[in-house]
Amino acid sequence: MSLVPETDYGTPASHATEQVALTIDGQTVSVPAGTSIMRAAMDAGIQVPRLCATDSIEAFGSCRLCLVEISGRTGTPASCTTPVAPGIVVSTQTEKLKKIRKGVMELYISDHPLDCLTCAANGDCELQDMAGAVGLREVRYGYEGESHTRQAKDESNPYFTFDPSKCIVCSRCVRACEEVQGTFALTIEGRGFDSKVSAGTLLDNFLSSECVSCGACVQACPTATLSEKTLIDIGQPEHSVVTTCAYCGVGCSFKAEMRGEELVRMVPWKDGKANRGHSCVKGRFAWGYAHHRERILKPMVRESIDQPWREVDWDEAIGRVASEFRRLQDKHGRLAIGGITSSRCTNEETYVMQKLIRGGFGNNNVDTCARVCHSPTGFGLKQAFGTSAGTQDFDSVEQSDVILVIGANPTDAHPVFASRLKKRMRQGAKLIVIDPRRIDLVRTPHVEAEYHLPLRPGTNAAVMNALAHTIVTEGLANERFVREFCDRDAFEHWAAFVAESRNSPKAVGLVAGLDPEAIRGAARLYATGGNAAIYYGLGVTEHSQGTTTVMAIANLAMVTGNLGRPGVGVNPLRGQNNVQGACDMGSFPHELTGYRHISDDATREMFEKMWGRPLDAEPGLRIPNMFDAAIEGTFKGLYVQGEDILQSDPNTSHVVQALSSMECVVVQDLFLNETANYAHVFLPGSTFLEKDGTFTNAERRINRVRRVMTPRSGMADWEISLAIAEAMGFAMPYRHPSEIMDEIAASTPTFAGVSYDLLDRAGSVQWPCNEKAPLGTPIMHVGGFARGKGNFLITEYVPTDERTGPRFPLLLTTGRTLSQYNVGAQTRRTGNVVWHDQDLLEIHPHDAEQRGVCDGDWVKLDSRVGSTSLRARITDRVAPGVVYTTFHHPETQANVVTTELSDWATNCPEYKVTAVQVSPSNGPGDWQKEYAEQARHSRRIAAE
Amino acid sequence: MSSEKLVVMANQIGRFFVPQRGIDPAAAIATHLRKFWDPRMRAALVAHLDKGGGGLDEPVRQAVLRLKDGLA
Repeated sequence: MSLVPETDYGTPASHATEQVALTIDGQTVSVPAGTSIMRAAMDAGIQVPRLCATDSIEAFGSCRLCLVEISGRTGTPASCTTPVAPGIVVSTQTEKLKKIRKGVMELYISDHPLDCLTCAANGDCELQDMAGAVGLREVRYGYEGESHTRQAKDESNPYFTFDPSKCIVCSRCVRACEEVQGTFALTIEGRGFDSKVSAGTLLDNFLSSECVSCGACVQACPTATLSEKTLIDIGQPEHSVVTTCAYCGVGCSFKAEMRGEELVRMVPWKDGKANRGHSCVKGRFAWGYAHHRERILKPMVRESIDQPWREVDWDEAIGRVASEFRRLQDKHGRLAIGGITSSRCTNEETYVMQKLIRGGFGNNNVDTCARVCHSPTGFGLKQAFGTSAGTQDFDSVEQSDVILVIGANPTDAHPVFASRLKKRMRQGAKLIVIDPRRIDLVRTPHVEAEYHLPLRPGTNAAVMNALAHTIVTEGLANERFVREFCDRDAFEHWAAFVAESRNSPKAVGLVAGLDPEAIRGAARLYATGGNAAIYYGLGVTEHSQGTTTVMAIANLAMVTGNLGRPGVGVNPLRGQNNVQGACDMGSFPHELTGYRHISDDATREMFEKMWGRPLDAEPGLRIPNMFDAAIEGTFKGLYVQGEDILQSDPNTSHVVQALSSMECVVVQDLFLNETANYAHVFLPGSTFLEKDGTFTNAERRINRVRRVMTPRSGMADWEISLAIAEAMGFAMPYRHPSEIMDEIAASTPTFAGVSYDLLDRAGSVQWPCNEKAPLGTPIMHVGGFARGKGNFLITEYVPTDERTGPRFPLLLTTGRTLSQYNVGAQTRRTGNVVWHDQDLLEIHPHDAEQRGVCDGDWVKLDSRVGSTSLRARITDRVAPGVVYTTFHHPETQANVVTTELSDWATNCPEYKVTAVQVSPSNGPGDWQKEYAEQARHSRRIAAE
Repeated sequence: MSSEKLVVMANQIGRFFVPQRGIDPAAAIATHLRKFWDPRMRAALVAHLDKGGGGLDEPVRQAVLRLKDGLA
């Protein structure tokens, strides 16, 4: 094994179609117009010495090392900033250039510590490389004069250090922060000799600054100035493996850079088609949980949840699961057990899990955590377009002119995509944000939304109808698109519906608390601003009308013809890494892989033949239904893989009651999570670093996950499910996840062409990948919809049953923050806690003043179903009457207060609307104290 | 299962299908229940109907009748 090679072309690629031919060092080169001479030279295999240039950022021309000579032109222009021209003859190496470069390097090195042998970048330092490349042999100036070599290190960031003594002030970090990440946290402070990289003001260090720790600066740094602490600690990696991040639905590709089985660092892979070489704080740095001391590495069992855990071997644990599940089925019937697959696990693991449940348990009581996030997306888009998935690839945003973001907070939840979105906005695209909260995208450096509609939580469908009303009544519909690609009758019905006055901006403005003129303006911009794309998240789906709003979004895209080409589309931003894949793999109780209903005889019979087992034609229980059935007494056993339902699902007391009602709860996870407090068997899971498989991201991209270290518990997750299946008499003799993928491909038309071999060759593919599209499908519904004609559905606004009143006058909505991920099981066990060590309640100054609450005070949050206490953050990000919190910390348990109200079509919980009251508090409430004690008691492990 | 909760859920489904044009709402509601609800949930809803069906909106009541008669 070796390090995965990556070529740095020095400057970004030109996308011009016109070719320009020139001569470089005697070689004829033809490149797209606009290409720099530096990049053209690289194409010809000639590396011009450089320090301030790298191909992830625009050329800067400051280091004066990449100079060239051009016949017929005077001077020595920088090859990074000089574009090619037809017929020019370029020399990259002449006596004059050699002399200049050596002089430049001599100056750099005269102000650089000569500690190469003990430097973290030793062997991977561009300054070192360039000193060698220009033949530097002496520094005539000596090292005695004034220099920067004794400046103090900034070690404030948990993951990387900034050592100004090694900085050559090339500005690559500053430009990466601006151009790649779009945060503009860094600057060059001072002039001349005093110039230095600064993270904000003089008082700031990297931690206190605006820096979001995406790592783009570290990636861009040519020296050891910005270095990962793990690199400093361990040393240079000796091999690397390309794999896929296990955090959000962007699905970034990384090189796991290794020394043996020790992970040195995760470096974003330039060829990753989702992230194009960028990363965020989670994927880049927050992987330390894999070696956290709280990781459970041995299987454990116990008779009841008040007993301590007892470590056992795998045979005993697997045997216990099989015998308990069979006992429960014998006693309570075939339908008395079920399982939950995870959007954090691979496609192969998910497929095996649902196969175990359908074939081994003999029922369809299988669901996935996508139930509680994007299940309305699958249902809604299938009804409208015929496919349960987003329509575009992430590259598509580069061709958008108008971007409508509704119910999503990309800078926090999908940061790498947010950076691409912000880049497009800096190029001139217009932004519409529809969100109750003023998310960062509304106004961030060099980005400002044209419209922010801070709607009242729960009114998404009404607002989407009002946008459609404006488009239809003002004649802004794309008649040609509708006529050609959509069901005419459905359109006519829908157009008449949205044109009704109750859907007008004026009427809806009263319901949603919005200025009607802003609604009209946003609608006009979306309909007439050019390529318009919609990106949405859980702020759309997690409502009682989640599915309706997804359909309303589809209607908007269809009526304006914003489908079937780059730059447009309907794009669900999936919360977890494999939400799309978990749904694709047949995790829902009513459907098999590829979204084929379980009652479809042909599909079911095909699987019955393949698996050698009869399959139930009836849909099974969804997660919330499982809880209800458990409390009712008809559901007794549950196998939960990689999901912490106790912390993530609504109305925690209800979940506690459900779990406590079951006789055998099996949790497979990395840690003793909150659900495990109510479990009888614990099966230690493996991290993404420890297994092979695939994840499918939000753009339907199937990316390889590659094992870089041995599973610490001895078994990868897919192997555990196989062992349980075998113990229950349903053998699945796969030898490797690639064989599972082969079975998926053989049984699922949209995956028919997918294999590990293809993924290794192509890097990744987007489904459908089959005979018609052997390399996948970046854009869906080109020239027609998967279902035939696009289907306009009536999206009547129905107010949620969750109402404010005198007892609960405020509306709570929940969300995520950048540094934490979902229930925080992983990120709370990393350095990320420095940014977010507790959930806070955002409350408007007006509401805070009315209640006598000051910033940082403990407050009690009450709803109809429960109460919890947390600290307040006073901010006008939220409107009066609205409060907001995150759900990352079990000490808070935000879901203690959320209700079981759910989406009409899918039972996706209505996390985003809870009527609450806020009052001053002295600290954690009674429920929290009791819960903490229960958790402590439950997590005891008996001494051997 | 709590019939109160099932009634709320079924009525929610009804409120989507009733405004749709060109369909029989009761048939569409019944099909949705048939395709997405576990049999024990459907059985509980039918049992609730047998006890009078309190709280069920009329189109939903019709849909549950169809379920009971095996028409969905």
